[in-house]
Amino acid sequence: MIKLYIDNQPVEVPANTSILDAGRGVGIKIPTLCFIENFEAKGACRVCLVEVKGAKNLVAACSTTVLEGMEIFTNSKTVRDSRRFVVEMLLSEHNGDCKTCLRNDDCELRQLASEMGINVLEFEGEPAPQNIDDSTPALIRDSGKCIKCRRCVTICNEVQGVGALFPQGRGFYSSIGPSFAENLAAVACVQCGQCAAICPVGAIIEKDHIAGVWQAIDNPSKHVIVQTAPAIRAALGECFGYEPGTLVTGKMVSALRRLGFDKVFDTNFGADLTIVEEGTELLHRLKKALVDKQPVALPQFTSCSPGWINFVEFYYPDFLENLSTCKSPQQMFGAIAKTYYAEKIGKRPEDIVVVSVMPCTAKKYEAQRPEMSHNGIRDVDYVLTTRELGRMIKQAGIDFRSLPDSKMDSPLGISSGAADIFANTGGVMEAAIRTVYEIVTGRPLPTNQLHIEPLMGLDGLKKATLKIEGTLPEWQFLEGIELKVGVAHSLTNAVRIIDAVKKGEEFHFIEVMTCPGGCIGGGGQPRFTTNEVRKKRIAAIYQEDEGKTLRKSHENPDIKQLYAEFLGKPLGEKSHQLLHTHYKAKENLKPT
Amino acid sequence: MNTFTVSKLQSVSELIQLRSRLLNEEEQAGLARKERILICMGGGCLASGARKLKDEFHKQLHHAHLHNSVEVKGIGCPGPCSHGPVVIIDSDKTLYQNVSPGDISEIIEQHIQNRQIVERLIFRDNTDGKSASSIADIEFFKRQTKIVLHNCGTVDPLSINDYISHNGYAALSKVLCGMTPETVIREIEKSGLRGRGGAGFPTSLKWSLASKSSSSQKYIICNADEGDPGAYMNRSELEGDPHSIIEGMAIGAFAIGANEGFVYVRAEYLLAVERLQNAINQTKEYGLLGDNILGSGFSFNLEIRMGSGAFVCGEETALIASIEGKRGEPRPRPPFPVQRGLWGKPTVINNVETFVNVPVILLNGGDRFASYGTQKSKGTKVFALAGSVRHSGLVEVPIGTTLRELIYNIGGGTVNDRPFKAALIGGSSGGCIPKEHLDVPLDYESLNELGAIMGSGGLIIIDETSCMVDVARFFFEFVTEESCGKCTPCRVGTKRILEILLRICDGEGKPGDIEKLIHLGEEIKRTSLCGLGQSAPNFVLSAIRYFRNEFEAHITRHCEAGVCFREKKFNDLEIQHSASTKD
Amino acid sequence: MAAEDNKNQQALATDEEILTYVDHLIAECREKPGIVIPLLQITQKKYGYLPEPALRKISHELHIPYSEVAGIVGFYAYFSIQAKGKNVVRVCQGTACHVLGGNEVFAAVKKELKIDVGETTPDGQFSLAVGRCFGACGMAPVIMVNGEMIQQVKPSQIKRILRKYKK
Ligand SMILES: Cc1cc2nc3c(=O)[nH]c(=O)nc-3n(C[C@H](O)[C@H](O)[C@H](O)COP(=O)(O)O)c2cc1C
Ligand code: SF4
Ligand code: SF4
Ligand code: SF4
Ligand code: SF4
Ligand code: SF4
Ligand code: SF4
Ligand code: SF4
Ligand code: SF4
Ligand code: FES
Ligand code: FES
Ligand code: FES
Repeated sequence: MIKLYIDNQPVEVPANTSILDAGRGVGIKIPTLCFIENFEAKGACRVCLVEVKGAKNLVAACSTTVLEGMEIFTNSKTVRDSRRFVVEMLLSEHNGDCKTCLRNDDCELRQLASEMGINVLEFEGEPAPQNIDDSTPALIRDSGKCIKCRRCVTICNEVQGVGALFPQGRGFYSSIGPSFAENLAAVACVQCGQCAAICPVGAIIEKDHIAGVWQAIDNPSKHVIVQTAPAIRAALGECFGYEPGTLVTGKMVSALRRLGFDKVFDTNFGADLTIVEEGTELLHRLKKALVDKQPVALPQFTSCSPGWINFVEFYYPDFLENLSTCKSPQQMFGAIAKTYYAEKIGKRPEDIVVVSVMPCTAKKYEAQRPEMSHNGIRDVDYVLTTRELGRMIKQAGIDFRSLPDSKMDSPLGISSGAADIFANTGGVMEAAIRTVYEIVTGRPLPTNQLHIEPLMGLDGLKKATLKIEGTLPEWQFLEGIELKVGVAHSLTNAVRIIDAVKKGEEFHFIEVMTCPGGCIGGGGQPRFTTNEVRKKRIAAIYQEDEGKTLRKSHENPDIKQLYAEFLGKPLGEKSHQLLHTHYKAKENLKPT
Repeated sequence: MNTFTVSKLQSVSELIQLRSRLLNEEEQAGLARKERILICMGGGCLASGARKLKDEFHKQLHHAHLHNSVEVKGIGCPGPCSHGPVVIIDSDKTLYQNVSPGDISEIIEQHIQNRQIVERLIFRDNTDGKSASSIADIEFFKRQTKIVLHNCGTVDPLSINDYISHNGYAALSKVLCGMTPETVIREIEKSGLRGRGGAGFPTSLKWSLASKSSSSQKYIICNADEGDPGAYMNRSELEGDPHSIIEGMAIGAFAIGANEGFVYVRAEYLLAVERLQNAINQTKEYGLLGDNILGSGFSFNLEIRMGSGAFVCGEETALIASIEGKRGEPRPRPPFPVQRGLWGKPTVINNVETFVNVPVILLNGGDRFASYGTQKSKGTKVFALAGSVRHSGLVEVPIGTTLRELIYNIGGGTVNDRPFKAALIGGSSGGCIPKEHLDVPLDYESLNELGAIMGSGGLIIIDETSCMVDVARFFFEFVTEESCGKCTPCRVGTKRILEILLRICDGEGKPGDIEKLIHLGEEIKRTSLCGLGQSAPNFVLSAIRYFRNEFEAHITRHCEAGVCFREKKFNDLEIQHSASTKD
Repeated sequence: MAAEDNKNQQALATDEEILTYVDHLIAECREKPGIVIPLLQITQKKYGYLPEPALRKISHELHIPYSEVAGIVGFYAYFSIQAKGKNVVRVCQGTACHVLGGNEVFAAVKKELKIDVGETTPDGQFSLAVGRCFGACGMAPVIMVNGEMIQQVKPSQIKRILRKYKK
């Protein structure tokens, strides 16, 4: 343990603790901008400066570790003046207008300026160059508002392993962005939006679809339906001051109705459908490999995370065949809504508008992919992120906290607990196994609460082996097989598991979620998603699952009805037309 | 020159044998030789036509049938670069300046054949008309103490044999047979050597920290980035005496337990890289670099890495990042490179000049070295004299020599004896010394007191034709261009200072601007991440400290030197301004 | 690396040639840590600038994201992604040169070439750049043409000096 003094208080902390953490431990909040938990401090922004007795200059609390006997001052005049100076410098290069900035409610820079009482800009001068990049369907970048804290660089490189963002140029005219200050579309960005979720200011934001949604709602000739992803209900509350991990499903449904949607449905329905299709697909692949002895791509990878699809298209075209051909739950939902549901309510598909609420910016990209339409009609028309939905509710003057609970509509609103857990890492796999196991053995998964312990939690790479015994006659070929599954979340972990596969490690089925923690930590979720927040949201999701009587996708009565009335059987011809697709390598950005 | 080839030296005794063979041969040659003509092959003289001059000497000596009795030898820069090309007649050490091919026949006929000095080509020390022909009598040389530069101007930088016969690699062999890392470091400690890269950190301390680390992989790096405008000491050392650097680094590597080293050379120094690479190749061939050097069991490999035009890469953590193949951005220290350096391993980084001092210290003893200099700063320092000074060039003096001595007695005073205004020392991170402090001893502490720094040795003299505000603006253009942009205060603050200075130079200064400059400057210094930002405002602050009246005069649109407010005519400021460093 | 022929500018190299060249370069040193900067230096020397296909190739082969390669290129002043003229004129704007009239020299060069920094003359003969000290301060002011140093230049000599390089 190291003994030191912070503002004359004696403090004792373990060696290698940063001054920042040491201060937090005794209730001293040191402001930060560039620092993010669990990553090496960059010391770039300089707002965390503190005074250390005997040191020539001020030191950055985030990047300096404590030493025995250190005397630290966090609130001296020098410290206050210098921090203020740093924020004044940031403001003096800032090329943005809080009046019209989407981030003005939670902008860390604006907040610091306000805390410091900066009421005049003493140092005005040339502002940072403004380049607005709206080249992707998912995000808008505004270099003028960027404070060069590089949090996005850390996320994009170290968590996602994509490296679409990097410091460019140098000095005053340096910028943070894709190659040579080009647009995101020029590089292999997977559009996960993790950068937007971590940015302290309004320099990277989601592309806002709110206006289009209002327009659709206001158009009486359109039947506007909304689907909400499982991860929304555990996070939306945060937009209204609830603790992370508060489930607000009922209030959310009420709010959506008040916004004017004609029907409120659940992406979970799509998730259940995905599981039935994807589980069947897995069994088919296994049969092809084990019984027919035909070449078939194994392991099968999940395909419900569009960031991950983009990643495979860019970086691992050799593995495209391994991707499940299933569309994501969002798209399955849309496809069913514009066919089956349209028929049912007697509307033409072009008169139905499908809006989805997703934790995700990549879903905005996914929705406009050419593969994601049928007869020229898009499966999904608008994608709102959780944050956008929060804003829409506020725009409509709805007092969210006082809303009553209500239930989703039928037939696309009923779902199982298995669909809920799609929202977190390990969930899709667990949901799939619940169904596959039961199909093959006729018995429910014999584990506690139907959970698969090794696949739960925030470890980046998780693995499990499941011995299949007592198979039904038609699945005899699987008797005694050890089903090997893997789960990865965040793309650097996806790379790790692909490397393991390349090295020959055996897997049958692998779930990959682009975002750390899965969709509960998606790029469109309320800010900021720390590991603590992730854990709370995940806990809420499991709670939702466990609270349901319907826990398995294939038992969803509406799904059964869908097959009976419309689709026929899983992987049948209709399914193929509507629910499955193929992806192609994205060659254009590779060297010729 | 030498008539035999050498295979890998297997032991110290083989090196000693080689040296005596070389000396023997040299003695024989000396007896047969009538005269030797030394021609400076430094970058400065080369650019003024030294190579052509050397060829021409060969040709004309041939013509005169003197080629067997008169040797022509290339040497490193002896110092008075502004008077190049420089030729020295070895026997009587006569130095000829500004020699052109047209002068050769006269030198051969008059001096070589008739022992008559060619008066019109000799070095002129002072305006008082005094001129001296021999290096021994010229003030410029007489008043210098050459430790670092002792080989520059005598040894052929292209020849390892010449280096070896001048006691080259004797220090390394002494270290390898009989010394331990501890005794080497103790000797350096005794010498009191402080890093010559600018900050003056005790070299022995750095080495012993690295030496104590138990890591199995360590690195040693020579910082030859020399980015400060106005400084070219390291360049001359690289070009004029590359083997001393290699030897110093090998000794350092032995002391800290490193087996791999890098020399990081700035992009502009093409000749330096060529010479150094040549020296490394020779050294490898001789077995003085590589595996199991001189049979001692110690192995050391050395590689050159070139910069690509970023001043901040002189900062040690940025330099490391650059060698690792990244953007050359500094990172917070601690951890210091001796704790976590190149590829995360303990790494020692020293300046070129620091390394050049090492063999001398090991050979002659730390005490001897410590007898030069001041109480706290030992040894000598090389300065690059430039600007308004009659003999601009490289000079080496004991630390603590006064500025006046350097400018007036060695440098020969200002150009055309115009009134001295200030000395700019330490480059963009340094400060200025006005005439009332001409007698300041040049050592770390005294300079700090004046708000300047020793820096790496750039010393630019300006006279009354230069404007302080303009020079301050000029330095700030430099630091603004070179700021890496990682940290807020330096990225934005330097730009804001530059804007104010540009404004003042444009005649649009406002009351309160000077206070703003001081405020910005002081905050940038104490809040920036690396040494660049921490020292960037030094010059402006120092200029305001000594020449505040000039800043004030500018704000009321008056420039005594007549430098400013002429942009309409030249329209230069704007262009320089947009000139960032990209091309 | 230093010995690499730098006169060998091939402004008109095709993408294919460039890729073959870079491929062969990388083959020799792929495993070497930190090799990306030397690779960029050699490529820049060969072509006088860094063509995009070369950068994409280096990014791909060394597994360095393209944005990072671009970030490295943009950090160092010596790298350029624009083709340059046959002759690159660099005018020293270092301190010593500045106080000894470097500005006037600079103005004279600009006047003679009728271009600004970073530009190339329409006939492709000259590109203009500035440097911050070539380490020849003792002989200030200094300009460098294609790496060749010309010292103690006077504005009046510029016309003659530049004419020499024009082919
Ligand atoms: C912006 C900046 C530029 C520097 N440039 C150089 C340089 O060109 N050469 C050098 O030796 N040291 C330079 N330094 C100092 C180095 O960081 C380092 O302290 C030095 O190389 C250590 O060597 P020494 O102990 O032998 O002095 C620079 C420092 C800063 C902050
Ligand atoms: S990013 Fe923050 S400071 Fe900038 S305009 Fe938006 S709210 Fe204001
Ligand atoms: S915060 Fe201030 S500036 Fe912004 S809208 Fe309100 S009153 Fe206007
Ligand atoms: S969206 Fe994801 S991949 Fe694209 S830049 Fe942001 S973090 Fe990187
Ligand atoms: S875009 Fe946002 S996160 Fe990225 S560097 Fe700029 S301010 Fe920071
Ligand atoms: S898990 Fe992700 S992809 Fe799947 S339904 Fe939820 S939001 Fe959509
Ligand atoms: S993990 Fe979820 S939020 Fe993230 S990209 Fe995939 S679907 Fe979107
Ligand atoms: S002080 Fe300047 S050079 Fe140093 S890290 Fe900060 S911005 Fe970069
Ligand atoms: S008058 Fe202006 S230009 Fe001249 S010396 Fe004073 S400040 Fe400088
Ligand atoms: S938070 Fe410490 S420097 Fe940015
Ligand atoms: S280069 Fe010849 S004297 Fe300096
Ligand atoms: S200042 Fe021009 S060469 Fe040094």
